[in-house]
Amino acid sequence: MSNRRKTLVLAGATLAAGASLVAWAETEGHPYDKLVEMGYPAPQEGELVHVPPTMADLEAADMKPQTKAVIRRGYELFTNTQQLRGKNVFNDMNCSSCHLGEGRQPFSAPVWPAAVTLPDFRGKNQHVNNLEERIAGCFAYSMNGTPPEYGSDDMLALSAYHQWLAKGAPMYPDQPIYGRGFPAPERPEELSYANGEALYVENCAVCHGEDGGGLYQDGEYVFPAPWGDGSNNWGAGIVRTHTAAGFIKNNMPLGQPLSLSDQEAWDIAYYMTQQERPQDPRYTGSVDEVLEKFGPTFHKHSSYGQVREVDGHRLADHANWGEKGEEIKPWNVGQPRFEDLEVDQ
Amino acid sequence: MTSKRIVSGLGLLLGAGLAAGQALALEGDAERGEAAAGTCVACHQADGSGMNVPGGQSWPRLAGLDAGYIAKQLHDFQAGRRQNASMMPFANMLDDQQIADVAAYYSQLPATQGDGGDVDEAVLARGEQIAMRGDWDEYIVSCKSCHGPGNQGVGGTFPGIAGQHAGYIESQLRAWQAGERSNDPQNLMGAIAQRMSDEDITAVAAWLASQPAADE
Repeated sequence: MSNRRKTLVLAGATLAAGASLVAWAETEGHPYDKLVEMGYPAPQEGELVHVPPTMADLEAADMKPQTKAVIRRGYELFTNTQQLRGKNVFNDMNCSSCHLGEGRQPFSAPVWPAAVTLPDFRGKNQHVNNLEERIAGCFAYSMNGTPPEYGSDDMLALSAYHQWLAKGAPMYPDQPIYGRGFPAPERPEELSYANGEALYVENCAVCHGEDGGGLYQDGEYVFPAPWGDGSNNWGAGIVRTHTAAGFIKNNMPLGQPLSLSDQEAWDIAYYMTQQERPQDPRYTGSVDEVLEKFGPTFHKHSSYGQVREVDGHRLADHANWGEKGEEIKPWNVGQPRFEDLEVDQ
Repeated sequence: MTSKRIVSGLGLLLGAGLAAGQALALEGDAERGEAAAGTCVACHQADGSGMNVPGGQSWPRLAGLDAGYIAKQLHDFQAGRRQNASMMPFANMLDDQQIADVAAYYSQLPATQGDGGDVDEAVLARGEQIAMRGDWDEYIVSCKSCHGPGNQGVGGTFPGIAGQHAGYIESQLRAWQAGERSNDPQNLMGAIAQRMSDEDITAVAAWLASQPAADE
């Protein structure tokens, strides 16, 4: 990275992150220099570069102790979401299973952008969502559960943690955000299920299990399940092959991001996203109906309803809801908003 | 008896494709292991507590470690996948059954407390951060992410490191950093060790040594 660019980036970040950047300005370089050194793309001119504050920054912050306590509670829910098991969470995931580095990490879908870009229209449910509704979506799909009520203590604490991470970032930024989401590498021409399986066994199974069931010690979760009942359901964002490929390329194996080639990351994603998992909560009893309704906005990127070539199995053609069973329905799914509002197209 | 635990630990190793051959599938017997461990006590002590030797070569605590992990290390010493001049001749004295037996013996001994954790609070605080939350700005993943709840180990692949001697943890992290140890699956430990500063290694080793090796 050239000195000139570093200065530009730093200047941008100073604007964005405000007071919390002062400490870094005193050290050499930018905190994301390490990422660039490891092979992540350098911030481009005009990108919004924000370094979220840490929990140590929270302790040092000039804020009301009650507020800090609520943000701390949000952090604890985020990194140990299993404490809501059986109430809101019905699989083996934590928020931090996918959002690595406590939700702060670039290229690991850092969560602070949600706090500054919402409320906004969301393609997945075709209406304007706020931060709470966005978090609720993760509970319904990625956690295979049902969300805490809007405005409840747990929901407020989680939102507060998101907003704390966004501290100093501009609201409704015009610039693209550096490291947002799980940016997918370019899709190779051919994807191989067999190669994906072999790579998975070689590179991933030591932690995630050959059967995709994750890893536990004395019943306590250590590594998350990439498929099966312990995993996210068919409606979660990471069932889309490109999202899974982006996650894998940028974050796996743990501690060795960007070590797999683009082809390898895509092949593993291709294999992983063609394994079974709990049903999409939008399921109506017919896979074809789900595809008709949600194909254009979502499942065109997933393997939902497709026939797996290797054994002829039609994916997601089942009524297995995982641990949450038939009784528990996420209350937020399909809840309409602004139905009578006129929109100028 | 711990044979159930041992077998499941070995199963994990085999499943992970880390097996050093069929020898690992042997079931260990702790009583026979005690007899075969006669050569180990000079360094690892009769109670398996090892010894923290500041400024020297520390001997790791073996008591309470996972049997599958111990067996794999012994096989790795024999095959040269793990290098240590003092350990190699002793590992070479054991046959495959004795390895399984010694591993079973040490795994069922009660874990003793680690030494070397008596350092100042700022160092311990930094160590705790690395062990429990990591330092993602340096892309140092927390120890806990692999070594499990309380850093007390996960199966035969990820050893318990809480309550291990600081001198031993420190020397191993430095060995990984220098490329002198590389018998971990997929360089999972090596990649992280390479990003750790000397201060971080000292801090995390001290904090882990101060932690309980097992829940009471």
